[in-house]
Amino acid sequence: MINNSMVPVSKRQLKKNSGLGQTVRNSLTMAYRGLLKIRRTPEQLFDVTLQPIIFTLMFTYIFGGAISGNVQSYLPVIIPGILVQTVITTSIVTGVQLREDMDKGVFDRFKSLPIARIAPLAGALLADTIRYTIATVLTFAMGYIMGYRPDGGLGNVIFAGVLVIVCSWAMSWIFAFFGVIARTASSVQGISMLVLFPLTFLSNAFVPVKTMPGWLRWFANVNPVSHLITAVRHLTNSGSVGWDFAATLIGAAVVVIIFAPLTVRAYMRRT
Amino acid sequence: MNVKKNMSGNDEWAVEAQGLVKKFGNNHAVDGVDLHVRPGVIYGVLGPNGAGKTTTIRMLATLLRPDAGSAKIFGYDVVKDPQIVRQLIGVTGQYASVDESLTATENLVIFSRLLGLGRAEAKKKSSELLEEFSLTEAAKRPLKNFSGGMRRRLDLAASLIAQPPLIFLDEPTTGLDPRTRNQMWETIRRLVKSGSTVLLTTQYLQEADELADRVAVIDRGRVVAEGTVDELKMSVGNASLQIRIKDRQALNSARQIVEKVLQAPSVILPEAGRITAPMAEADRVTDLLIAMREAEIKLAEVSVQKPSLDEVFLTITGHKAEASQKTESLEKSGEMKQ
Repeated sequence: MINNSMVPVSKRQLKKNSGLGQTVRNSLTMAYRGLLKIRRTPEQLFDVTLQPIIFTLMFTYIFGGAISGNVQSYLPVIIPGILVQTVITTSIVTGVQLREDMDKGVFDRFKSLPIARIAPLAGALLADTIRYTIATVLTFAMGYIMGYRPDGGLGNVIFAGVLVIVCSWAMSWIFAFFGVIARTASSVQGISMLVLFPLTFLSNAFVPVKTMPGWLRWFANVNPVSHLITAVRHLTNSGSVGWDFAATLIGAAVVVIIFAPLTVRAYMRRT
Repeated sequence: MNVKKNMSGNDEWAVEAQGLVKKFGNNHAVDGVDLHVRPGVIYGVLGPNGAGKTTTIRMLATLLRPDAGSAKIFGYDVVKDPQIVRQLIGVTGQYASVDESLTATENLVIFSRLLGLGRAEAKKKSSELLEEFSLTEAAKRPLKNFSGGMRRRLDLAASLIAQPPLIFLDEPTTGLDPRTRNQMWETIRRLVKSGSTVLLTTQYLQEADELADRVAVIDRGRVVAEGTVDELKMSVGNASLQIRIKDRQALNSARQIVEKVLQAPSVILPEAGRITAPMAEADRVTDLLIAMREAEIKLAEVSVQKPSLDEVFLTITGHKAEASQKTESLEKSGEMKQ
């Protein structure tokens, strides 16, 4: 409202930095913005709805007989593999959309507001967990339809789903970084795919690692994606939590610790 | 971590910039700009496209880091204390800085929440602002369906949520129809009455004339003149005289006569056979017309116009305003690459 209540500068309470509380509040508001945008343009959810359905059907029936003898006994192996692959692939979109979003004028306003610098990024990444959730639910649902009955029980399946979503959120910082430094949205897609293909395919997602040549087996074993897949398999198939679970969380934390500050710094510079 | 009163902030200068420089590659978009703006005024930054107006504003608004020089907003340095500066400014860019896919209300609510207002407060503030800017009817529509004028109004509304003491407006009326433009001018005047300081950029002398208390003329990244609008206009003459002659061959001799009689530099447009010169006293026109007849130069047209930015430019810089338009595309592409 334009009125006469302008507070003189010397009487204003000015803060030099945004505290943790403000950072969290700002990020949540930005996440709310992300959700509103998804609601306005539901067509951008095509990939997260179709990919789990198509991939699960395709890979299960193509590889099932060859690897596990029949489709039924392949399901406990492939569903966690597909789940991790699909959800992590989905996190690429975060980077691509961030790039598109940043080119719009509204990001200028976000930069000129006294908000936590990380909020526009953290909020966008947080809103995208809704996409991972959709992909996770659909993959499990597809598996269930095809006859997958995890022995770990519903509770552990949900737990595994949350683990995958958290890890994908961590991974999405890598793609957000590409999103911030790249010039165009399509180049983000390109670079991200180059990173993603080796990570998801050179793992234990689709085939047993022991059939690979030695050097490849070495990579597949250290690959953090393999640890995540193994952790999910243990959770869903036997309800157990082991070293892979811990390794996954450590890996996710390391990614965030490295890439979140890098991304925010690049974001601040790119003006 | 509240900064104590008078620690570094002060109310003496709203904007205090010294030797601001910004380079995009080899192009010096801003090449040593000094600005001093007192609180409570409308300050106009006048210049053609590509003169460095937008780049200057972006540096003052902490959106762009200066390569050299310094700038203070109410005494707070834009590089050292950007977060404090951001609490004191509102920025309305040349291109709408609002969210296209959301509605007007959603936009304002999100900005209000980011500025620390509670849920109910944010709703209240948004509807107040929408009413203030006559956008209530369009509140629930996505911005895609908004006209240019409505978008600008929403943009300005978004800059006023926190009632910042300093508001940057980058070409607030470019592309608006005359009626909407007048509304925008009204709003800007009311803002200043409420105690805000407004720094606006414009390409139009008329706009600066209508609104600004003081004006800085900027050209090729430098401030080439500064003063009140009246001072600026006096340097150009109150109006300019345009003469079109029938025989282009005589253009140069006609120009000599014009400059001799009016005692001022002139511009010629050879293609149109036109000469333009500032006219300080209307009386001299008679002398000029007589001199033309004596020299047997036939005139096709004589007209008097208010000084345009072109004339201000010519007088102050000695070159035409359009000459620097080429740098605009450079500046833009340079900015993209950063």
